[in-house]
Amino acid sequence: MVKDPGSGETLLSLRGISKHFGAVQALYDVDLDLPSGQVTALCGDNGAGKSVLTKTIAGIHQADGGQMFWEGKPVHIRSAKDSAALGIETVYQDLALADNLDIVQNMFLGRERRNGFFLDEDGMERAAGETLASLHVTTVRSIRQPVATLSGGQRQAVAVAKAVMWNSKLVMLDEPTAALGVAQTQMVLDLVKRLKSHGLAVMVISHNLNDVFEVADRVAILHLGRMVAQDRLSAFDRQSVVDYMTTGVSSREVAASGQGRN
Amino acid sequence: MAGVGSESGSGKAPEDLGAQAEAAPDLTAAAVDVIPPEIVAQSLGEYFRAWFTRVRSGDAGVLPALAALLIVGIVFEITVPNGVYLGQINMVGIFDQSAVFILLAIGEGFVLLLGEIDLSIGYVAAIGGIVAGLLVQPQATNPDMFHNWPWWGAILIALLICAVIGGINGFIVTRLRVSSLIVTLAAQMVWFGMMIVILGQAGGLSVSATAPGDQKQIYGIVYGFLDVWVSWVGLALVVAVVGGSMWLRDSSRRRSGLVAPPVGLTVAKIVILALAGAIVVYICSLDRRIGEHSNPVIGVPWVVPLVLAVVGGATILLERTQFGRHVYAVGGNPEAARRAGVGVTAIRTWAFVIAGATAGLAGVVAVSYQSGITTNFNGGQNVLFAVAAAVIGGTSLFGGRGRAIHGLLGGLTIGAIYNGLFALGFPVQVQYIATGLVLLAAVSVDALARRNATAGSVARA
Repeated sequence: MVKDPGSGETLLSLRGISKHFGAVQALYDVDLDLPSGQVTALCGDNGAGKSVLTKTIAGIHQADGGQMFWEGKPVHIRSAKDSAALGIETVYQDLALADNLDIVQNMFLGRERRNGFFLDEDGMERAAGETLASLHVTTVRSIRQPVATLSGGQRQAVAVAKAVMWNSKLVMLDEPTAALGVAQTQMVLDLVKRLKSHGLAVMVISHNLNDVFEVADRVAILHLGRMVAQDRLSAFDRQSVVDYMTTGVSSREVAASGQGRN
Repeated sequence: MAGVGSESGSGKAPEDLGAQAEAAPDLTAAAVDVIPPEIVAQSLGEYFRAWFTRVRSGDAGVLPALAALLIVGIVFEITVPNGVYLGQINMVGIFDQSAVFILLAIGEGFVLLLGEIDLSIGYVAAIGGIVAGLLVQPQATNPDMFHNWPWWGAILIALLICAVIGGINGFIVTRLRVSSLIVTLAAQMVWFGMMIVILGQAGGLSVSATAPGDQKQIYGIVYGFLDVWVSWVGLALVVAVVGGSMWLRDSSRRRSGLVAPPVGLTVAKIVILALAGAIVVYICSLDRRIGEHSNPVIGVPWVVPLVLAVVGGATILLERTQFGRHVYAVGGNPEAARRAGVGVTAIRTWAFVIAGATAGLAGVVAVSYQSGITTNFNGGQNVLFAVAAAVIGGTSLFGGRGRAIHGLLGGLTIGAIYNGLFALGFPVQVQYIATGLVLLAAVSVDALARRNATAGSVARA
């Protein structure tokens, strides 16, 4: 096990995960731990394998080799259904919401509540309202407004709320603050902290170092498909993260306690 | 909810997003003017102000269709000689004529909601009409096939066959991933040819009120009338059930603090429903005989409740069921729907099945309206009218936006224009040109509205 001082229980552990597409090796022997109640930032330059790793956890890709442990037990995630059944939800930046549907409709999309043949609108509206309130998402004018009328930050908040509504234990956010303004970025980061305080394991994929240093408890850095560093946030500074992301190694003092495996 | 736990009161982050919203008005300010008014308005006056803002921002709902209908009515009432255009005879005639467009437009609406199109339903309708028409023929006129069927059995088989045809379209579009435009264009040719093959050397079939068997029931869809008192009782029942459930639903939502329209709006909707129904029944209860010595022609044609039932059924299916919700979701963002676990392929296929079955019903009504069908049946024109009707009513060709009532209002508009041009004595080529221009105008408005909406959401993002 990768040592994880002061953490909650490790929810998902990956050991030796590798994945290739034809001749292209996307992931080499990747280890990753995602503890409950903590935010893990997954960093890496373009093409480092962040997306592939995320999609492997989400069941969209299947790993070629390696093992996954969910709450300590070995699991095989072969499809998006498998990952959803475990309690893994992914929030993709632009792909999560249907603009023409309102907030309630989006949050229950694909899992609508029904009274016999008809939709249980009242029940869904109440539950959606409670979830949004528990996440302190209070800026929306009405939970019946179409998502097209929301700001970027509000859309992201709805997408996150949608993900946490389903007994999810691990939420993965793909570039949650890209394309957001300053105030909206802050709103989403606060939301991420709130997920953590609810006891969820959170993985944030980002190469925005401001975001990483604001919300992350742990940092994991991919470089050309290899996990080159993984440790508590305090083991890094901005320069060492940049070094790992761009070159795969860092000689800086602060990183000495890191778990870098070159 | 269970995954969220109960820690929301743990004192974390009371700095709160509301306060930040104050500091950063961009979170909401830009978006407010396009929120549907009924979800934020507290009173009727507030509702109308919000509604006016929304109309000015380009999202006008059914307003253009109502305005178009009004303008068309006024223009033709002035230009058609003797003021007969808005007389009871012609008004009922316009509805009879529009019924086929309305039914086709509602079926087409399901496909348009997905951002697809079905160009074949005009001739699929012909197949449906022919099947129903043939099955009720006596042995003398239809010796080769099944004959003397009861009217309901004949209609059922026609709808079933058309549903299967729609299913084939949907299957090819979804499994082979071919553009629905091309698939249904091909299907249009196929069923045009099949229509001529089936009608054979006779070149047509007819249904009449006096022939033996169940022809009179098919004929009577348009030319059979409900007694006036039955219509009033029926209207009262519909208003009581629809209005009552609307009232109960809204007031229960208001009580439990859920999003609900203001009381005044609920009342206004029920009053409008009752008033519109009363006007229709009243007009139909005026004598529509032509010539002094014939028998009085009074009553609501069966096609009126038939069309309204289809509008109601489609509305419930689209707006109150999981299937309808998924249709909108797939039309709005297929990728989001797929990731949310919606069976996108199944939804697409079913939309084509529904379009086919509805077209079959439209075909039966067409056979009734023309007392039969010949190889001159113009399915190509009918399908364009159907698309035009849906778009004029407010349905988007880009998917995700549209309602069953759009088919009703748009179909009536198309029927009213067609009828007026005919009454003015314009030749058929002018009618084609006029209808083409109306379709073009509606599509342009749709495209511009979409461009505005897209620009708006980019600005907000």
